[in-house]
Amino acid sequence: MTEANNTDRRVIEVEGLKTQFGDFVVHENLDLEVRAGEILGVVGGSGTGKSVLMRAIIGLKPPSAGTVKVFGEDYYEADDDTRQAIEQRWGVLFQGGALFSSMTVAQNVMAPIREHLKLPEELARDIAALKISMSGLPEDAGSKYPSELSGGMRKRAGLARALALDPEIVFLDEPTAGLDPIGAAKFDDLIVNLKESLGLTVFMVTHDLDTLHATCDRVAVLAEKRVIACGPLDEVRRTDHPWIQEYFSGPRGRAALAAKAS
Amino acid sequence: MTDSAAQFEIDMSGGVLKLIPRGDWRARYLGKLDDALRDFADDSVGRDLVIDMGAVDRLDTVGAMMLQRTMHSCSDRGSASTFVHAASAHEALLKQVEAHLEPCHVEPVHGNPFVAVVNRLGEGVIDTYNAAIELLSFIGLTLATAARVVSRPEKMRWAATVHHMEEAGLNAVPIVGLMSFLIGAVVAFMGAKILRMFNADIFTVELVGISVLREFGVLLSAILIAGRSGSAFTAQIGSMKIREEIDAMRVLGLDPMEVLVLPRVIALVIMLPVLAFIAAMLGIIGGGLVAWLAMDISPALFMVRFQETIVMNHFWAGLIKAPFFAFVIAVIGCFQGMKVEGSAESLGRHTTLSVVQALFLAIVIDAFFAMFFLEIDF
Repeated sequence: MTEANNTDRRVIEVEGLKTQFGDFVVHENLDLEVRAGEILGVVGGSGTGKSVLMRAIIGLKPPSAGTVKVFGEDYYEADDDTRQAIEQRWGVLFQGGALFSSMTVAQNVMAPIREHLKLPEELARDIAALKISMSGLPEDAGSKYPSELSGGMRKRAGLARALALDPEIVFLDEPTAGLDPIGAAKFDDLIVNLKESLGLTVFMVTHDLDTLHATCDRVAVLAEKRVIACGPLDEVRRTDHPWIQEYFSGPRGRAALAAKAS
Repeated sequence: MTDSAAQFEIDMSGGVLKLIPRGDWRARYLGKLDDALRDFADDSVGRDLVIDMGAVDRLDTVGAMMLQRTMHSCSDRGSASTFVHAASAHEALLKQVEAHLEPCHVEPVHGNPFVAVVNRLGEGVIDTYNAAIELLSFIGLTLATAARVVSRPEKMRWAATVHHMEEAGLNAVPIVGLMSFLIGAVVAFMGAKILRMFNADIFTVELVGISVLREFGVLLSAILIAGRSGSAFTAQIGSMKIREEIDAMRVLGLDPMEVLVLPRVIALVIMLPVLAFIAAMLGIIGGGLVAWLAMDISPALFMVRFQETIVMNHFWAGLIKAPFFAFVIAVIGCFQGMKVEGSAESLGRHTTLSVVQALFLAIVIDAFFAMFFLEIDF
């Protein structure tokens, strides 16, 4: 599944990862690689630690064993300058958007730009407008506060902020959860479109089978505290594991497949 | 690829205006170029423009946006305007940003500032009026619920009531006692210093006795409970409101007034007088201790003097206020909790409001009692 291919650059390498909360072990001996320019979907049942895995990679959940390397650097071992450099090369969309509630959407998008790039105010505003528009938000959304937005718009605004610094990797935590099917499909298109035009690598945690079919180049399945299968969707679907079979061959799995085929 | 800094050249040879960006056109290197590029865009209005991308090493959305902005800075550029020699990845980027050049508002849109001030003043007045009406309705609802429960005692939630009595009452005893003890001691110290000048040391007993019994014991307990339990009530009920637990109760046929509000109100109405009593006793002990250590008024003398001069009226005047304070604190705590909407921000705002309003009303009530007792000579 992870056969060596020297032309693929690995932007995320997770080896022997172990994470735990107190005595409760979430991951043990987990290996995962993400290649530059791909969309990797991470799936798994509730409580298998999909979001925890993401948090371990983006530096919010220190592992109790194993290494996590992003751009070839171990975030948890790196000094402050290296960490800052890494942080500027990724963007994260949290589940609820995690927008700063005291700022307007445009100010949210400008926050990382102001912090990390010394740019004239006017240019920063233009950049914010660009990212907001690219995320598929209407023009007047920039001056609104997060509390005035719907869930779908909040996710788009969160995506605009994640894209503010032109990151190389974007982490998406359940980007389509809570969106209606039309909004979710549009979000899928948006992600594929952005990935293609900006050359993004996307690490996406999701439950949504339609999103998997529509967007992901590879799929990693979390179960039994590790990645039990990782590869292109068709390959993973044929893996002989009860959870995978139930997931992809259940009524929803078949419906999503049929939708993809039609 | 060399990491040469971003720059651009203008080439007019061949009668065509040519912009040649060079080097690394990524956001972090473009700050210095922004003004120059805007000036160029203004100067070149209405002319054909060719942007030669051949010398660009790296490009991100910001660089692409700035070039597209220059290209589209006016609508009447001739049809010969175009990008040339762009690498395919750069071309894709240019295409991607082309559709997204519209500026947007950053700050929230405000109207006329004068109108806004008047608006806010008016809103403030109406909100205060509505809040007062709502609070009165809530008090009424609480009393009505209490009356209903009295007529049908099996509806009373004893377990919850006792739980809150422990939480808000028993657990507060150490802190209320300590605070009151210290205040009694402080009052005695201050009195001792001044009264000694008149050789009237012994009046310290009256000073401590009357002030602690009538005011300090009960008021300090109320203030502490407003901060400790009133805010907790708001936070508990408010977070239930946020998680839609209150709505779930309603649709399940449980009355939140009965389940949540009444046990809290009853618990406080029972426990605050007890706390006030403990506070009063410890305040007197604190005062007595200071009188003994600092002024040689022995405990025996203190007791005798106390019994001679302090009548029971002072004790009752203090204690009778406690249930009223308790009622106000508990009702406002629950009321503000019920008014929480949606976000954690709202929860924080209402918790603050709950403490402020409860303290304010407790002191207003205290003032009324003071006037009332003065009139009836109690």
